Amino acid sequence: MNRRQFFRTCAAGLGGSSIAMLGFSPQPVLAQVRGFKLARTTETRSTCPYCSVSCGVIMYTLGDNAKNNKPSIIHVEGDPDHPVNRGTLCPKGAGLLDMIHSPNRLKYPEVREAKSKEWRRISWDEAYTRIAKHMKEDRDKNFITKNDKGVTVNRWNTTAMLASSAASNESGYLTVKSARGMGMTAFDTQARI
Amino acid sequence: MTLQSSLDIQARSATTTPSPSVRSSAAVAKLIDESKCIGCKACQVACQEWNELREEIGNNVGVYDNPSDLSASSWTLMRFAEVEDKDNNLSWLIRKDGCMHCADPGCLKACPAPGAIVQYSNGIVDFKQEACIGCGNCITGCPFNIPRISKKDNKAYKCTLCSDRVAVGLEPACVKTCPTGAITFGSKEDMVSYGEKRTKELQERGYANAGLYNPAGVGGTHVMYVLRHADKTEQYSGLPKDPSISPLVSLWKGAFKPLALLGMGVTALAGFFHYMKVGPNEVEDEKSREEA
Repeated sequence: MNRRQFFRTCAAGLGGSSIAMLGFSPQPVLAQVRGFKLARTTETRSTCPYCSVSCGVIMYTLGDNAKNNKPSIIHVEGDPDHPVNRGTLCPKGAGLLDMIHSPNRLKYPEVREAKSKEWRRISWDEAYTRIAKHMKEDRDKNFITKNDKGVTVNRWNTTAMLASSAASNESGYLTVKSARGMGMTAFDTQARI
Repeated sequence: MTLQSSLDIQARSATTTPSPSVRSSAAVAKLIDESKCIGCKACQVACQEWNELREEIGNNVGVYDNPSDLSASSWTLMRFAEVEDKDNNLSWLIRKDGCMHCADPGCLKACPAPGAIVQYSNGIVDFKQEACIGCGNCITGCPFNIPRISKKDNKAYKCTLCSDRVAVGLEPACVKTCPTGAITFGSKEDMVSYGEKRTKELQERGYANAGLYNPAGVGGTHVMYVLRHADKTEQYSGLPKDPSISPLVSLWKGAFKPLALLGMGVTALAGFFHYMKVGPNEVEDEKSREEA
């Protein structure tokens, strides 16, 4: 750089900064707050899966449910209309977003066969059929129709049912009916945890 | 152009032109009732989730504080203090640390970058990272030691009081999630009266020194505490009893600034007179030719 170039650069720099100082800076007059990221997201009500309190949550997904949009959850927060938590969430519930997107999350039924150390992915149909088969086999083998005194009891004592605490009244009723209908006596809900 | 969500600005860093002041929006405030806090850290999680921050997994430092300090990606932090009184009674004082949103913000006063720190008319003090030059003056100006410079982009970050949520009429994320209702949000007026009510309740329950923390040294704050031991605020992990902006800020921005401008003016004037009197520095022809 020679002397003339040096002067030119200095003059340009000084001029530019003077103009900026005089108020011709490119900055906006109004500073914005960060854009509200939930403005047009789709809201879906759900229930927190962690504990038995079963807080209501709202999941916010990208897009408006249009056909070509693949929804992706970007935010989860408490449902203010839910009577259990009225919008609040504990630290685990407040972090649900990272559980949803966790690579370790279980998304489909898996089975580990006897003597195998590998988990194998199976379909939902296969899973239900398998459970039903196991239940029938066990019930056929261990069902008690009469006790020692000859009184009809119709008990199935060898399989237990653990019901959901997040279920509604109606599905809770159906759960009890179906389990008791099969003769199950050991019956509990996850709400004790 | 009308922008989707903006708030009226009350004060802007390093700006001498006055901000529009005809409209007056209601001042908002967050009240943290320390006596109701169970230290669950849901506020920390909700803050990071909403603001799209993730703190690095750190190390246990022997106390429940996790992470161990505020950072550019941890804008709020539960600070746990174990305090023994005269009679050896142990109390576990938990304070949600974070920006207090001072009515007279030291960070904004100290900031040299135009528009990098703004105060909205509802009381929120917000950092605008796109204008931040990363000088760290806000840290010097803050009486509560809150702003943190990111190692990633060398810009200052702190709690925004969820200005993006408040601008559209929502409460901050930490307030919404708080399971015990220790954090509440509303108009400053309502929060002060609720804080006074809670103070009275605590005093009736035997906490004679309970009080509302809304320090006058920084013009009052838009994040206030209800403390059971308001007489000993330092017990709460060093919460200053009577915070004020460092005198360095007013010295640098007040007394020193005209002196510096005077110095610059005198230098320029001296240069001008030197040029008039002595003339330009003559360069010998030989040297000039060599250069070219």
